[in-house]
Amino acid sequence: MTYISMVNITKTFGKVTANKDINLSVDKGEIHALLGENGAGKSTLMNMLSGIYFPDSGSIFINQTEVKFNSPKDSIQAGIGMIHQHFKLVEVLSAQENIILGQQMGFFLNKKAIRNKILEIAQKFQLDIDLGKKVYEMSVGEKQNLEILKVLYRGAKILILDEPTAVLTPQETAKLFKIMRRMKEEGCAVIFISHKMNEVMEISDKITVLHKGQTVATLEKNMTNPQELTELMVGHPVDLSIKRLDRQRDTITLKVRDLKVENNEGIEVLKGLNFDLYAGEILSIAGIAGSGQKELCEAIAGLYPIKSGQILFKEENLVGKNPKEIIAKGVSMSFIPEDRLGMGLVAAMGIVDNVLLKQYQKEKGFFVDRKPAVLKAKEIIKKLDVQTPGIYHPIRDLSGGNIQKVLLGRELDTNPELLITAYPVRGLDINTCHKIYDLLNEEKQKGVAILYIAEDLDSLIALSDRILVLSNGEITGVVDARKATKEQIGLMMLGEKIKETEGAYAV
Amino acid sequence: MDFMTSFLAAAVVAGTPLLFATLGEIITERAGNLNLGVEGMMLMGAVIGFKIGLITGNPILALLAAMFAGSMGALIFAVLTISLRANQVVSGLALTIFGTGFSAFIGKDLVGQVTPNAIKLFFKPLEIPGLANIPILGKALFSQDLFIYLGYLTAIILGIYLYKTRKGLNLIAVGENPGAADAASINITLYKYAHVLLGGALCGLGGVYLSLVYVPAWQENVTAGRGWIAVALVIFAAWNPFKALVGAYLFGGMDIIGFRLQGTSIQISQYFIDMLPYLVTIAVLVVVSMRKSKKNAPPKGLGVPYFREER
Repeated sequence: MTYISMVNITKTFGKVTANKDINLSVDKGEIHALLGENGAGKSTLMNMLSGIYFPDSGSIFINQTEVKFNSPKDSIQAGIGMIHQHFKLVEVLSAQENIILGQQMGFFLNKKAIRNKILEIAQKFQLDIDLGKKVYEMSVGEKQNLEILKVLYRGAKILILDEPTAVLTPQETAKLFKIMRRMKEEGCAVIFISHKMNEVMEISDKITVLHKGQTVATLEKNMTNPQELTELMVGHPVDLSIKRLDRQRDTITLKVRDLKVENNEGIEVLKGLNFDLYAGEILSIAGIAGSGQKELCEAIAGLYPIKSGQILFKEENLVGKNPKEIIAKGVSMSFIPEDRLGMGLVAAMGIVDNVLLKQYQKEKGFFVDRKPAVLKAKEIIKKLDVQTPGIYHPIRDLSGGNIQKVLLGRELDTNPELLITAYPVRGLDINTCHKIYDLLNEEKQKGVAILYIAEDLDSLIALSDRILVLSNGEITGVVDARKATKEQIGLMMLGEKIKETEGAYAV
Repeated sequence: MDFMTSFLAAAVVAGTPLLFATLGEIITERAGNLNLGVEGMMLMGAVIGFKIGLITGNPILALLAAMFAGSMGALIFAVLTISLRANQVVSGLALTIFGTGFSAFIGKDLVGQVTPNAIKLFFKPLEIPGLANIPILGKALFSQDLFIYLGYLTAIILGIYLYKTRKGLNLIAVGENPGAADAASINITLYKYAHVLLGGALCGLGGVYLSLVYVPAWQENVTAGRGWIAVALVIFAAWNPFKALVGAYLFGGMDIIGFRLQGTSIQISQYFIDMLPYLVTIAVLVVVSMRKSKKNAPPKGLGVPYFREER
């Protein structure tokens, strides 16, 4: 029985058509995956279902009755709950306070009665939660549980999850899937947005593919395969395998010795790291978010104060040098933070000026010469296929994927010998991901040493030569990517120390 | 009354305008709006309240008029920053300049006028039986006028509102993360308007206390920078109405210490003493900014306009 149906939905933003005549229908007790490239219109469509945007034309039916949502409130009342990609939680409040936020029941808070009701729901769906815990003390997985509990408490029967697994460990993802299946048993409808093909194949019953704002097809999971889905999504045949370039081991580019770093509260966040990175090698770093990845990148780039230890770049110690000197030596870092814009690029400036940020210091004279930067900007756009209205257009208006391409393009342009790249494919669709992987392989071929930090373990294993696992600021092991398994790395991410597997140092 | 008690009593009196203004700004900032127009709204309340008091001789009407004037000042700020999403700092500064000019303009004919006797009589010190017998503090805190008791009451009510009620919880969410509050179906615009206006009304009350009760006559620029101290006191109080009580009376004490010392043998330059509240303000800001804890942090959404469809 059809529960929700969206018929001929169209939504435009200015000149851009985000959704055009989209049709979607979801049944009770069904997990429905929504698949599409960045900018295919998945989030726009879901934002209309959750009352954040209002469709230009088209209708939404719930239980065969037409509904009109003017605000998120209407949508919640119709039983729709959306878990946004960026959690909508108030950091300083506790779990319980976040759950009851905005509820209309009495003037004073009756904490005990509410608590019992919440715990009852949590038990029904097997969600682990500590209701008194403040959100800022929670891990990503806990926050997600809280978000789910929040919408369930509001009586949601239709759950929309916008890329829920993007920041989870494999173990946390497995837990989430268990919860999703539980919801399915309870007769909820679940809409699941994801880029990750294997997850879509694992959890969903039906899959709807969007391409450039239009519905391409709705398929039964059992009747399709990843290859077909990818081609529908991208619009042309693609090669899904990630190539690992085999290359003779070269000299050591980077040596890190007993590196210790403290954060501003005096807590040691890197507890004595030791590793080597060879020229022409991709060394990946795996770890749960906040295990010290960011601090490591910043320490090497000269942005983070170092307590003790050595960072030897071609036998020269980088400790104590400032970022400018380090860049001049041929070290380049691109870090894609969770909001994608926080670091490295200035949102209000165009591509030209952002390129100029790294270049102008080399120029002589008082005035800025934009000509070389204009050429570079054009080159980046062409080489990486960046979609932008123009080279002077503020990059804030570009889609996340395009912004990332600009950042990476600029870093590669400096011809570094050591490239640190953190989360370059964060939130990107499969096609763009592959473009980035190809770029990294190209650099590797040139003999660049690459320190690659990412969340998706499948691609990490496929792309890199060795994988270093960080847990809580410590190295729990270095494994040979050719022999590594996801489960093994997942366990190491949780802190289980494993003896270095054979060949980890002898690729 | 011994020296200590009379000093404390005077500190409470001097701290009362600061208390109202600080509470007003706390409630405004809790909604995510940084209104630097406190000084302006206080002056607007001071002059309108005084004028109405002079005409009618009715203390209640005078207070209501002051609240109305303060909230009208806040309305200008609210329209600019909430509906039009203008820069909050600039809007607030403009409001202060406007309020100063407005009060000078309206108050031109009032200079030298004194508070009517009916109102003076209404705000004469009243002892609260029982509580006033507590040693030292009793006389200082509970032998005061009605306006000051209103101050205690307002702080306590706001504290309960903020920490114990649903609406207060929603308000915290609006100031911290309007996106999350919106998704939880809280009406952001309504909350912001309501609390910015309430904040303005409280600032107006702080102003009228100065002109009607504290001085008690009209003089130009009667606030003399107290609005700015209130803005700093908000940080000192860590956006907590209960702590605002302590802060306001502490700074009230600083304000009057000069007068008190004149009668004693301690010789300190009057000019230095006049600087004292501001020096301490700077020192407090330094100390507060150094202890970085999540509990004392400003609301995260402070100063950022909210627009639902923005990415």
